[in-house]
Amino acid sequence: MNSLWKVFTTTIGKKAVMAGTGGVLLAFAVVHMAGNLQMFLGWGDINHYADFLKSHREALWPFRTVLATCLLLHVATGVFLTLDNRQRRGTPYEVKKLVGASFGSRTMLISGSIVLCFIVYHLLHFTMGVTNPEYLTFQDSQGRADVYRMIKTAFSGLAIAGFYVLGVGALGFHLSHGVRAMVESLGLRMETWASRIDKTSIVVACLLFLGFASVPLAVLMGVLK
Amino acid sequence: MKVTVRVWRQKNPQSLGGFVEYEVKDVSPATSFLEMLDVLNEQLIKQSKEPVHFDSDCREGICGMCSCMINGEAHGPENKVTTCQTYMRSFKDGDVITVEPFRAKAFPLVKDLVVDRSAFDRIIQAGGFISVTAGSAPEANTVPLSKYHSDLAMDAAACIGCGACVAACKNASANLFVAAKVAHLNLLPQGAPEKDPRVLAMVEAMTKEGFGACSVSGSCEAVCPKGIVTSFISRMNHDFLTAALKLRVHSARV
Repeated sequence: MNSLWKVFTTTIGKKAVMAGTGGVLLAFAVVHMAGNLQMFLGWGDINHYADFLKSHREALWPFRTVLATCLLLHVATGVFLTLDNRQRRGTPYEVKKLVGASFGSRTMLISGSIVLCFIVYHLLHFTMGVTNPEYLTFQDSQGRADVYRMIKTAFSGLAIAGFYVLGVGALGFHLSHGVRAMVESLGLRMETWASRIDKTSIVVACLLFLGFASVPLAVLMGVLK
Repeated sequence: MKVTVRVWRQKNPQSLGGFVEYEVKDVSPATSFLEMLDVLNEQLIKQSKEPVHFDSDCREGICGMCSCMINGEAHGPENKVTTCQTYMRSFKDGDVITVEPFRAKAFPLVKDLVVDRSAFDRIIQAGGFISVTAGSAPEANTVPLSKYHSDLAMDAAACIGCGACVAACKNASANLFVAAKVAHLNLLPQGAPEKDPRVLAMVEAMTKEGFGACSVSGSCEAVCPKGIVTSFISRMNHDFLTAALKLRVHSARV
């Protein structure tokens, strides 16, 4: 082990990449959720927030580049490790009981894939306006992009709102295992902290799910006027 | 009681293996799983058939020699026991019990239920030791050690190296075993001076042997006969990543 580069030839090094990039994406998800919740404050606040983000182009693009790089590394390392891990057994067991492993931990590739599909759709839907170009023409009384109206229009359809809830649901499952795995892989889930971190992982997953799902559900139920 | 065992039979690593069913009668619920296999082998020998090959040594749950996946669980259905300490009272009369060897590419099969676990020995050879001058025992209490760290090191040292963690892990990862060995030496003052080169060398050896990555699912912890917990894996990750960042050159070891 005479160069730092060799760290990444070990599984621990690769898992550290998964954890580090996952951590950045998690931090983004938390900030994103906090931003979304401004929907409940009314159109003025959310439109002002969106305007604030979009008007700082010099910060926006480096930020997006970091996120995209993290996502790419996370997905690539995850797929590589999953395929590699499947080679390690050799002859499969005839009978194998599932012991210890949680549902979330066994479905990381599936939940991750759903989240990835969701992210792609979400970018085409809201950010780039490919699927619904009319959204980008919405303007509020102050001449800003009317994000409030865009979200209300999008989520008034059951199919799209349902898909969003499914997407963030998959994110919740992914994080219920992902957070504890991240802390473990970075070498910080030790002794008495282990069980606290495991519980925190589930709490974080639930809070993010509820935070994200609350907006489409609120629109569907007519809470947001 | 009477049980039917479906045992994996395989003549040698090259030949094709498969399950063979045997009926074992008059088994006392107080016999251990391995003794039940002994009874089966007596039957087979009387019939001039090849007995079922399996590993065993101390038969009191401390040597780590016995293995076997019993009905899909490493060391059988009971918690925190080895196969030799699994008793037939854990099964019901008339049960069909599937017995397979521990499966991992890093544990090549030798014969029937016997697998070659010397990959573990090579990992230990890479760093699972302390370089001390052997001599008379040092004066007691000359080396200060906190109760917390001594307890923790003892918990890690309970690992008997049976390989159940590898057998149960969906990735056939050896992280729990290596973590226990790294922790029990790294936590103690006698092992601390070689902390960094040890963890780097042992992880490198583990990678070379072809064990999979840790998915943090916790299956290893669930089957470990000695109750080694996954937080030791985190401790190893910590020791490994910090050692790697310090760029300690492996060959610089004196």
